Amino acid sequence: MAFFRVEKLVKTFGGLTAVNGVSFDVEQGQIFGLIGPNGSGKTTLFNMISGVYTPTSGKVLYKDREIQGMKPHKICKLGIGRTFQVVKPLGRMTVRDNVIAASFSRVNSMGEARDNAMEILDFCGLTPVKATLAKSLPIAGRKRLEIARALATRPDLLLLDETAAGLNPTELLSAMNLIRRIRENGTTVIIIEHIMHVIMTISDRIHAINFGTTIAEGTPKEVAANQAVIEAYLGTDYA
Amino acid sequence: MKAAGSKMKKNLFPLLLLAGLALLPLVLESNYFLHLMILFLLWVVIGSSWNLLAGFTGQVSFGHAAFFGVGAYTAGLLFHHLQISPWWGMALGGVFAFLVGLPFGAICFPLRGAYFALASLALGEGIRHIATIAESFTGGMVGIMIMPTFVSKVPYYYITLFLASLSVLSIQLIMRSKPGYYFISIREDQDAAASLGVNTTLYKNVSLAISAFWTGMAGALYMNYMGFIDPHVVFSLHDYSVMAILVAIVGGVGTVYGPTVGAFIMVAFQELFRTGFFGLFAFLGKATGVAAVTALGDAVKKAHVLGFGILVIVVILYLPNGVVGDWEKIKRNVFRIHPAK
Repeated sequence: MAFFRVEKLVKTFGGLTAVNGVSFDVEQGQIFGLIGPNGSGKTTLFNMISGVYTPTSGKVLYKDREIQGMKPHKICKLGIGRTFQVVKPLGRMTVRDNVIAASFSRVNSMGEARDNAMEILDFCGLTPVKATLAKSLPIAGRKRLEIARALATRPDLLLLDETAAGLNPTELLSAMNLIRRIRENGTTVIIIEHIMHVIMTISDRIHAINFGTTIAEGTPKEVAANQAVIEAYLGTDYA
Repeated sequence: MKAAGSKMKKNLFPLLLLAGLALLPLVLESNYFLHLMILFLLWVVIGSSWNLLAGFTGQVSFGHAAFFGVGAYTAGLLFHHLQISPWWGMALGGVFAFLVGLPFGAICFPLRGAYFALASLALGEGIRHIATIAESFTGGMVGIMIMPTFVSKVPYYYITLFLASLSVLSIQLIMRSKPGYYFISIREDQDAAASLGVNTTLYKNVSLAISAFWTGMAGALYMNYMGFIDPHVVFSLHDYSVMAILVAIVGGVGTVYGPTVGAFIMVAFQELFRTGFFGLFAFLGKATGVAAVTALGDAVKKAHVLGFGILVIVVILYLPNGVVGDWEKIKRNVFRIHPAK
């Protein structure tokens, strides 16, 4: 049984094909990297997996169940959490209330939600800012809050969309550390990232796409050496 | 210790207010002021309901008159056609208002943006026309008259106080539990809310249902109390739909007690203008013998809508979060109280 698999996913917007027949498998416990130049369709893929978009064709299989076209809140309940590349903090709520709101996807009582939230805040290192309004957090805090909120829904599969972009080197190290600890807790992670040294260090497998189609898949080393990947990133002149 | 003390004070204040309001008829003998207090409490219900949907859930309604009017007509028509006590009509008024809101929510809430706001405007105006045209059923412009149950205003006062306390308490409890967190997360960001497992369409409808229910109850109580309704009174766009918005804005959108404060200010403000500052201008005109002062008094009486306009402009400019939302600011700038660091 496959833990998570996408099969020949296609998404068109009018005449534009954003994703054109992408397939991959993710094993439980992996950190699976998704790379590609800007506009190659990575976020569109995430949006199809998390239910924001319905694929034009193809399948998303999660624990042997077809989930393509389901509503985002249903997919969250199934155990797939996500963060947004353009962060979406619930601005006029405190950091703690953001995470409590997310905790209610698993528990119904205020007490349990609060306990779950405190545990997650602690795990993500957000306890010192728990009473701050989410809108007044700096970018590193907002990115961390995105992860904390997604974790509060107790996902088995976590989709991280550029959670390291815009962070300084110190913040970057602690973000990588956090992602590793999430995996150690048994959560499978699919991560989109532009910062090569981040994705190459933490991923077990990497899938590269360009113009909506797969150009390479393999271990970080294999993908880094792949001719098509180098061409996609640097152009044919330099490859 | 200090924080705990201030929290105690916060929880105590509404209770003290409630106790004060409960004792009021014992000291206040004037029917006129009791009438104003009943209006104030009715506005607490309507303003708080509007605030639940618009202030907390972010779904602005321009048609709360629809729910108010449907509640009033439910009570009135049940008595008129079936001789069912309008007090039974009160509970049913809430239910019918809820039923009227339901299809609108079902159609508009899967969509985002201004659709619900526009549809709610159409809902209020549409129902007003239906109530006017369907003469054989609603009495049309003639309206509906029922005999009030009580001669004294005191029982009405207590019933309205009970309804107002119940609605505010229910909203406070909701905002401290799962639905409340979901309402605010929908207001803040629908995509984020959905990704956190919030069924946004469902919870928007839940918010609408509760809001419509309480507003309908208020409408049915109005029927009982006033004894007369017609379509232009209870479905009025400016007297109910817009006034509900003003009550919340002045008091504080998205705060539990904002509409309560707003209701008091708005009812007082309206009465101040309607009576020409409680006859101050007329008195001055007579005392000084200057005709212009009397004329000014007449102009003020007619200008209460203008007064609302000015009040709202002042509030939006200086207290964008309303009196309750900007309470800290008021304390700092008006009373010169600075929080101890």
